[in-house]
Amino acid sequence: MGAVDLTQFHKTFFEESLEGLDAMEAALLALDSGSTDHELVHTIFRAAHSIKGGAATFGFAEVAAFTHVAESLLEEVRSERRGVDGELIDLLLRSVDCLRAMLDHTSHGLPAADADSEALRGELVRLVSGEAAPAPAAATPAAASVDGWAIRFVALPHLLQTGNDPLRLFRELQQLGQLDVCRAFVVDAAPTQLAELDPGQCWLGWELRLHGAVARAEVAAVFDWVEGDCELTIEPIAAAPVAPAAPVGVAPTLVAPPVAAPAASPAPASAPRPVRETAAASSEGSSIRVGIDKVDALINMMGELVITQSMLSDIGEHFHLSQLERLREGLLQLERNTRELQESVMRIRMLPIGSVFNRFPRLVRDLERKLGKQVKLELHGEHTELDKTVLEKIGDPLVHLVRNAIDHGLESPEQRRAAGKNETGTLRLDAYHEGGNIVVQISDDGAGLNRAAIVAKAEQRGLIRPGQEVDDAEVAELIFQPGFSTAAQATDLSGRGVGMDVVRRNVRDLGGSVGVRSQSGKGSVFTIALPLTLAIIDGLVTAVGEERYIVPLISIVESLRLRPEMVRKIAGGGEVFHFRNEYLPIMRLHRAFGCNAAITEIERGIVVVVEEEGRRVGLLVDDLLGQQQAVVKSLEAHYQRVQGISGATILSDGSVALIVDVCGVVRLGQRGKAAA
Amino acid sequence: MAKILAVDDSASMRGMVAFTLRGAGHEVTEAENGQLALDAARGGAFELVLADVNMPVMDGIAMVRQLRALDAYKGVPILMLTTESHTEKKMEGKAAGATGWLVKPFDPEQLLATVKRVLG
Repeated sequence: MGAVDLTQFHKTFFEESLEGLDAMEAALLALDSGSTDHELVHTIFRAAHSIKGGAATFGFAEVAAFTHVAESLLEEVRSERRGVDGELIDLLLRSVDCLRAMLDHTSHGLPAADADSEALRGELVRLVSGEAAPAPAAATPAAASVDGWAIRFVALPHLLQTGNDPLRLFRELQQLGQLDVCRAFVVDAAPTQLAELDPGQCWLGWELRLHGAVARAEVAAVFDWVEGDCELTIEPIAAAPVAPAAPVGVAPTLVAPPVAAPAASPAPASAPRPVRETAAASSEGSSIRVGIDKVDALINMMGELVITQSMLSDIGEHFHLSQLERLREGLLQLERNTRELQESVMRIRMLPIGSVFNRFPRLVRDLERKLGKQVKLELHGEHTELDKTVLEKIGDPLVHLVRNAIDHGLESPEQRRAAGKNETGTLRLDAYHEGGNIVVQISDDGAGLNRAAIVAKAEQRGLIRPGQEVDDAEVAELIFQPGFSTAAQATDLSGRGVGMDVVRRNVRDLGGSVGVRSQSGKGSVFTIALPLTLAIIDGLVTAVGEERYIVPLISIVESLRLRPEMVRKIAGGGEVFHFRNEYLPIMRLHRAFGCNAAITEIERGIVVVVEEEGRRVGLLVDDLLGQQQAVVKSLEAHYQRVQGISGATILSDGSVALIVDVCGVVRLGQRGKAAA
Repeated sequence: MAKILAVDDSASMRGMVAFTLRGAGHEVTEAENGQLALDAARGGAFELVLADVNMPVMDGIAMVRQLRALDAYKGVPILMLTTESHTEKKMEGKAAGATGWLVKPFDPEQLLATVKRVLG
């Protein structure tokens, strides 16, 4: 029997364990908010139980040991020997965090336990009442002086109905030593009439002798499954020096001893515990769980495509002009099938945003405590689906916005009372479809953006001139400017020194946009609009010489033809043009990408103004050819990374067009300007 | 070789059990909770059922009870996959009609030995 490689199941184990921890966390938070649903306790218990079982099976002893203690504590809760209070929930939530980190370490091949996890485990152990050291299932040492065992085994009538079979038991005994059947008999209570005899019932008994140096426990183990389904006595044959007392002492010997608590691992206490995001990041490029309905839809669609295909090939085989109409119909059908198939395939990558939203109850709870605020969190549209890649990357920006809303947006209970508001602030997360986009909104009923403070800070940071007039929209824009928020003023709440500019950049990287509407005293609404998928972009097809370049529509501000007098040459050979009160560098795409036969006189070409991170450049192209959806293909995967190019796509005529990476091009342009 | 139904809500455990048994030549059907297992059991004549105890929707104990109520599964061996900390669960499983149990954690060899013990 070849050894089974268990490592292939590790990834599944980590994935399902992290899911289990998420479920556990959500249930703990629900309990915390006063729910008394007993099913919640079961959910929490089941999660811990599964992780323990899996960890032990796959050899992650430290994780198993930790979960074992947590499970024991939960068992007390489940059996109502222990009540649930805020302190217990705190402890269990910390255990969830700790387990996440342990799983993360383990999945990276690092030691799971460290000083922190051991300290927490100690806390759990102290709390679990009567946590006796698990009794080792030590087998009774074989008594050498015993010649064998006399076994009297009388099946109870229902024995066969448990799926057990006396014959099987005897075969097992035979493997231990030499087995003699001394007597087989029918039980007195057995029915005497044939008609009353039920073949499903067993009315037999046996007297057996098993010879050999066999431990009593080994004999008992053969009968462990039928305890309660039979009358059993096991007595030593020889005058044994020690007569075992109990008639049936069943010790499950199959049991490997419970996972022993590992000695505190010498991991340095100062080692930074990885934050949760690391775990999420490590699962990137991992598997995806697809609902069976989506797969069925796909198969249906495939079926229709096959029908269309056979219809078309039928027409093709004996084609006659009179069939032109049918051919046209067939092609139309093919187009419809293809589109539907494309949509179905896309849908496979779509996952509900609920998995991201589910982080927030915990985050909000922690922030409430830390900041002394009262927050009611409302989640809406959890079932709205997003592309998996988008979903994985939208978490951090959302966390940041939620933190900001509670930290800066919502007022303290006293301030709210003074303003005549409910002491508990409301934070609302919404997700919904709008056009071809997914919209995620974070709204609070707090104080709104503090206009005066923002303007003062923007002046201080040199983002606006002192005394400059700014309207509300511009004030809202200011908070997204790089340099508005700096690491220096970041508290541990507003997180790792990340500002709103980073939020905007992250959202832009996903092809989305973010904006804010705010009303003084009433609250703020941050709105993120995201594309349905990253695999397809809306682009503008442009011509540069023989080449076709696609500029993502989302980055385009305006396209215009310049008159010669609008262009200025600057020192160093750079060119700029005047556009809405500023000078923008001109980036000649033919020069940047080395294209031949392109238009070189600026006034004959067209300048496409693109914006990225608040910076703009004008891209000089020959002509605009039209707008098109482009299926993004990776250039890296097929060729290599090219600066200024984010990917490639195939146009309807079969030629390849490159997709302009606006961010990269703007950076190239900026460098050109700096050099100039 | 035997037709076996493997029931566990944990995909990794279920995968491990199924993979091991298939490797030994058995025909394995997987189910992720008691309810789905019952549905599968009604549709196929399994010679052995291996079931986890703690599962959502329908746990292993309830599943055994309902399986035993089906004529086709009166005498079919059903093993509970349980953990050492739940001795009382073993007895509960037995009371519901389980044949025996395999204690977690087990390795593939222990699993195959136990299956062999039941199927002979």
